[in-house]
Amino acid sequence: MSRTGPTAPELSDATLAAEGITVRLSGRAILDDVSFTIARGEFTGLIGANGAGKTTLFRVILGLQRPTSGRVRIDGSDRAGHRVGYVPQKFLLDPDMPVRGRDLVGLGLDGHRFGVALPSRSRRRLVDEMLEAVDADRFGDARVGQLSGGEQQRILIAHALISRPKLLLLDEPLANLDLRSAQEIVALLARITREQQISVLISAHEMNPLLPVMDRVVYLAGGRAASGTAQEVVRSDVLSALYGHHVDVLRVHGRIIVVAGTGHDEHAASDGSADGAVEIV
Amino acid sequence: MHQVLRAIVEPGFFSSSPVQLAAAVGGVVALVAAAVGLFTVLRGQAFAGEALGDIGAAGGSSAYLIGIAPLWGFVGIAVAAAGVMEMIGIQRARGRDLATGIVLGAGFGLAALFLYLGTTFDNTTGATVTILFGSIFALDRAILPAALVLGALALAIIIACYRPLLLSSVSPDLAAARGVRIRWIGSLYLIALAVAVALSAVTIGAILSTALLIGPAATALQLTSRPGRAIAVAGLTGLGAMWLGLLLAYDSYDWPPLHHGWPVSFFVVTLVLIAYLAARVLAPRGARR
Repeated sequence: MSRTGPTAPELSDATLAAEGITVRLSGRAILDDVSFTIARGEFTGLIGANGAGKTTLFRVILGLQRPTSGRVRIDGSDRAGHRVGYVPQKFLLDPDMPVRGRDLVGLGLDGHRFGVALPSRSRRRLVDEMLEAVDADRFGDARVGQLSGGEQQRILIAHALISRPKLLLLDEPLANLDLRSAQEIVALLARITREQQISVLISAHEMNPLLPVMDRVVYLAGGRAASGTAQEVVRSDVLSALYGHHVDVLRVHGRIIVVAGTGHDEHAASDGSADGAVEIV
Repeated sequence: MHQVLRAIVEPGFFSSSPVQLAAAVGGVVALVAAAVGLFTVLRGQAFAGEALGDIGAAGGSSAYLIGIAPLWGFVGIAVAAAGVMEMIGIQRARGRDLATGIVLGAGFGLAALFLYLGTTFDNTTGATVTILFGSIFALDRAILPAALVLGALALAIIIACYRPLLLSSVSPDLAAARGVRIRWIGSLYLIALAVAVALSAVTIGAILSTALLIGPAATALQLTSRPGRAIAVAGLTGLGAMWLGLLLAYDSYDWPPLHHGWPVSFFVVTLVLIAYLAARVLAPRGARR
C-alpha cells in the first residue's frame, strides 16, 4: 500500500521513484507492492524493525536485487544503482589493515575502474575536499580499522559522496553509535543534503533521532510501506492498516512511541528495544 | 675487509650456475608471493593459501610420478582447487572455512598416495622432501621461463584488478554497490593466488609456501598504513629473505653436523619470521605512516 500526502513531489521531479516494488524470495514476499517517491534534496527516513525489508529495498535501489515486479527510477533513469551512493550496514576491517581513510574515500571515486590509480593532484584535492566536507580531515591518514564507529561513518559517507551521487543510501548508520555520535552524523547528513542538494534515504529502526531533520518517512512493516511526512504516516489509523492490527501512536515530549499491539506480532517480537508489547520507534 | 667479505660470501657464490638460477627464480617467486600475499591477508584467506599449497603437493608429486616438471603439477592442481573453492563459496566467511577444509583434506590424501607410489616404484626417495620442503638448488633450467611467465601472469592480474580488488577486499558490500563484479574479481584473484602458491611451493616446498605468501605481507602491515607501500615493503622483505636465505644455505655447506649444507627453505622461512618480529618490535604502536 502506498500513501502520498499533499506534499508528494511530481514524478518527473523525483530523485527516486519506487513503483510497485515486489520482491519474492523462495515464495515469501519480502517487499509487497512498495511505492514512494523522494524529491530532490529531501531527507527521508526508512523506518521499520529488523526483517521489515529495509536492506532488500536498498539492494533493489542499488540494482543488486531484481524485483519480482515493479521498478525504480533514479533521477529520471531506469538504471538501478545509477548515481547512488551507499553506506553499508556492516563494516568490519581489522585495525592493522593497511588502508587509510583517504584510500577508502579515493576508492569511492574510481574503485570500480581497472588498474592502479596514478597519483594526481586533482584526485588528491578531491579526496581532501571530501574529507573536509565530512569533518574527517583530522583522521584521514589513520587506518580505517583503528577509527571509532562515528569516524568510520564519516569516512564511509565521504566514500559514498565523492562520486557526486543524486541519492545517498545509508543502511542503519546509527545502529552502533552512542547518542552523541549519532546526533553528529544526523546533523552532518542534514547539512550535506541542504548544501549539495542531494536526497538522503536513511534506514533506522528508531526514528526519534531523525525527527528534527526528516522531511519524509517511508514506514515499512511486513514488506508493505506507507510514506509521507511523519505527521501523515505515524498515526494510529495508518500504521494499524499497515500492520493489519491495532497500533497506538503516542507523542510524548517531542518523541514518538509506537505501541505495536499484540506482543506476538513479528514486528515487536523481532525488535529488542522494547519489552515485547511496547515498541519505542 | 676482504677477509670478512670472503667469510660471508663463500667463493664461487655468484659464479655458481645453480645459485644464479635459484636467485632468479627465487626472486620472481618472492615478489609475486608478496604482492598476492598482501591481498590474501586483507581478504582473510591465509588458510585458503595454505590449503592450495598442500593440495599443490598432490599435483607436484603426481607430476613426479608421470615424469613432468613438478611446477606444472603444482600450478594445474592449485588452479583447479581454487576453482572448487570458488564453487563451494569462498565469498562467505563460513563457506571459506568449509571450502578450505575440504580442499585441504583432499590435497593431503592425494599427496600421500602419489608420494607413496612415487617412492615405491621409482626409488626417488628424495621426491617426498623435494615436494614438501623444496629444493631450489636442484631446479631444472627450463623452469626459469615458465616461472617468469606464470609470475608475470599473477602480477598482471593483481595490477589490472588493483582498485576493484582492494575495494572488494575491504568491503564486498561497498564494491558491489560501486558496480564491481565481486565474484569475477574474486575468481581472478584466486587464480593469482594459486599461481603464487605453486611458484612458492616449487622453491621452498608445498608445506612452507604459506610462509613466503603471508610472512612478508604481515611484516608490511606493521610498517606502513598505505596499501601501495605495503606491497612494496612486502616485496622487498620477501626478496631479501629469499636471497639472504640462498646465501646462508650456500655458506652452510661446511657447517656441522653433516657438512652437506642446510636446507634453503629453513633459512628463508626463518628470515621471514625474524623480519616480522623485528618489524613488530621496531614499529611504533599503531604505525600511521
